Amino acid sequence: MGEFFQNLVNALQYGSFLALIALGYSMVYSILMLFNFAHGDIFMVGAYIGFGIATLLVTLASFGALALPGWLILVLTIIISMFLTSFVGMLVERIGYRPLREAPRASAAITGLMIGIILETGNLALLGAKRVSFPALIESATYDIGGVFVTNKKIMIVFVSIILTLALHQFVTKTKWGMAMRAMAFDYLVVPLMGVSINTIARLTFAIGSALAAAAGILYGVAYPVLEPYMGIIVGWKAFVAAILGGRGSILGAALAGFLLGFIEIFVAMIFPSTFRDLIAYSIVLLILVFRPHGFFGEPYSAKLRL
Amino acid sequence: MMLSVENLQVSYGRIKALHGINFKIDEGEIVCIIGANGAGKSTTLRAISRLVPASPDSTMTFQGKNLLDYSADKVVSQLGISHVPEGRRLFGNLTVMENLRLATFARKDKEQIERDIERVFSIFTRLEERKSQKAGTLSGGEQQMLAVGRAFMSGRKVMLLDEPSMGLAPLLMMTVFKALQEINQEGTAILLVEQNAKLALKFAQRGYVLENGNLVLEGHSKDLLEDPEVKKAYLGG
Repeated sequence: MGEFFQNLVNALQYGSFLALIALGYSMVYSILMLFNFAHGDIFMVGAYIGFGIATLLVTLASFGALALPGWLILVLTIIISMFLTSFVGMLVERIGYRPLREAPRASAAITGLMIGIILETGNLALLGAKRVSFPALIESATYDIGGVFVTNKKIMIVFVSIILTLALHQFVTKTKWGMAMRAMAFDYLVVPLMGVSINTIARLTFAIGSALAAAAGILYGVAYPVLEPYMGIIVGWKAFVAAILGGRGSILGAALAGFLLGFIEIFVAMIFPSTFRDLIAYSIVLLILVFRPHGFFGEPYSAKLRL
Repeated sequence: MMLSVENLQVSYGRIKALHGINFKIDEGEIVCIIGANGAGKSTTLRAISRLVPASPDSTMTFQGKNLLDYSADKVVSQLGISHVPEGRRLFGNLTVMENLRLATFARKDKEQIERDIERVFSIFTRLEERKSQKAGTLSGGEQQMLAVGRAFMSGRKVMLLDEPSMGLAPLLMMTVFKALQEINQEGTAILLVEQNAKLALKFAQRGYVLENGNLVLEGHSKDLLEDPEVKKAYLGG
């Protein structure tokens, strides 16, 4: 029983990363009918930006120039990195996707792959092949709750990802910007007739998705403090699976599917040797999709793509 | 003159849909364009709304401004040209109220927006009853009402209407056209394209006949209704 709950805690943490990355995938896919395959690499860029800002703030603190406590540095790192990474997303949209909006979908999909490679190798060229360590910003504390070990970091990671997911859900369902996003997911060609600029909404979609990926990147850096340029590929693919599994147009669906993938992976690894983990976990996911091709909460409509 | 279109040419790939057409709309006027399926009626409206690109030697002037300088969303938000597209194209996943509110996305006049929503509900009382319902669950008639209401919210100098009668029972059609008349009397000019020529010519003051991407005839509606060619081709003899 103790082992079960221990794995549950681990799955929640791992699912948090997948959920946060899946949100950005899901938004771009739902609103712009686009697979942004560079999204996992935006997660990596966000982690590196976070690394840069955290290192800067820690250095400043160590010189006594700006003596901030570690938790405040972490909060600032998350906020500033989300802000900066949103511009990376907007840039990707502007140069990688906007010119291809009328192009065949396959062209837009490979653009994502190419931008991903550019971001990975750009990082490699800029910082070299050396891995970098994310600075430890908060003291690790472990709580023993009836034999299950929970760390303050894990609680923080799960808490932040749930808060961000709910905030995005509120934004999409309650604000006029979110309303425009939902309208675009339904029928983007006539959205301009509402006086809404498609470019603005596309830019906003990329900005928000990228900011959430940056948050995931920093939380990831807190949990596993070693960053490398290819860190976003596998986790990005898995988050993409979660986004589709959640269902088109569903924010909460994408997040829940992210957590579900986390559970499946961790619990498969609990029973089987770890080399079998993804083999079995993703066979299960494939089976789910066969029975629920629209995902868990997919809207029953398909987007209109012609005037 | 409010809107003047000269030498409007539109191509889809190598296929030319409009071969340089000329027409105009005055302030407060109701003008219709009639024509068969595929004549280029929808393309004409989409070109004005900038949803499809017009060839560069086309001229479209709206209240002294060059329409070609405006993107599709600015045509609505800055010039006040609204467009009820073919097939209504409501956002079925949004509620009735959200559809109306989305149309005010770029508007800043908060109080007037509330008054306008009241006005839409007073014209189409059925929409008020259904305001928290998803637009996709409305009947065909209610959907057309919402499509007109949404255009009313987005811009009110000219309303472009693409086949508003399509798929509507006669009684509902009457309701929609009565509402359009009311909207027109409050100062909105209307450009209507219709396959239902009789209905369109009875509703409009002036009309144009579009055939294979060319305007072949124009005149006052009552003259066109009497025209033997029009009678033969569009009014069933």
